[in-house]
Amino acid sequence: MLLIFSLLAGIIFGAGLTLSDMVNPARVLNFLDVAGHWDPTLIFVMAGGLAVTTLGYRWIFRRSAPVADDRFHLPTGRKIDLPLVGGSALFGVGWGLAGICPGPAFADLATLEPKVLLFVAAMLVGMVAAYVLRGRVYAAKALRQS
Amino acid sequence: MGLTADLHALAGGALIGLAAAIALVGNGWIAGVSGIVGRAFVPGGRAFRVPFLIGLIGTGVIAAWIAPSAFGAPVRGLPMLAVAGLLVGVGTSVANGCTSGHGICGLARFSMRSVVATVAFMATGAATVFIVRHML
Repeated sequence: MLLIFSLLAGIIFGAGLTLSDMVNPARVLNFLDVAGHWDPTLIFVMAGGLAVTTLGYRWIFRRSAPVADDRFHLPTGRKIDLPLVGGSALFGVGWGLAGICPGPAFADLATLEPKVLLFVAAMLVGMVAAYVLRGRVYAAKALRQS
Repeated sequence: MGLTADLHALAGGALIGLAAAIALVGNGWIAGVSGIVGRAFVPGGRAFRVPFLIGLIGTGVIAAWIAPSAFGAPVRGLPMLAVAGLLVGVGTSVANGCTSGHGICGLARFSMRSVVATVAFMATGAATVFIVRHML
């Protein structure tokens, strides 16, 4: 069941990204170009996405657990800290350079465009590097506290 | 073109919302792509995330087959894309979310962390485009 919901969500997510033109880096860059030829179209992606997700979540959270698992897996952090703000700021710079964020990066893989392959490879390297680095930081903290 | 594009964007956004709802009601997941990728590939992550990515790429394959022009090619050169990919990977991993996880799912949960993250990446994204397009 987990696998089926996972696949279904991925398919519909991909359809949404494609239909809304989020998979088109030029469109994304024009959306971010507030001071130039600003293209506000992607505001409608956020509007449609937020409307459905907000209402859907309200309805879903009446349940005590999801269909295929015994509990919801939700982020528990509340702190506004440097990793959150700094990480998001770095992500924004990368997004502004390429016009590609993680979802569209995977959908764009379908084109087999070498530039997309390079972007996704670099993104995976970045994710693993951050993961390893965070592991070191946690280990160092634990050592200091022991 | 303008109205059609807006309607497509609205409908596409609604589909993304539907996918987010399915991920939550089915598996109890937040449909954040960076988080799903991270958990699918990092040791100790769960293979259940792989079908999501297969579905995402598969839809792309079908869309590219039906309408090859739907995907605009990347507009930047290889070196800039490599740097951009690294920044997106490191940034979303450290901040625990990207456009989907924070920008859609987090905002829909009224998470203050996601509000701050979304403002931050929108701001630096716009600033980066401004610098690259209008100052360099």
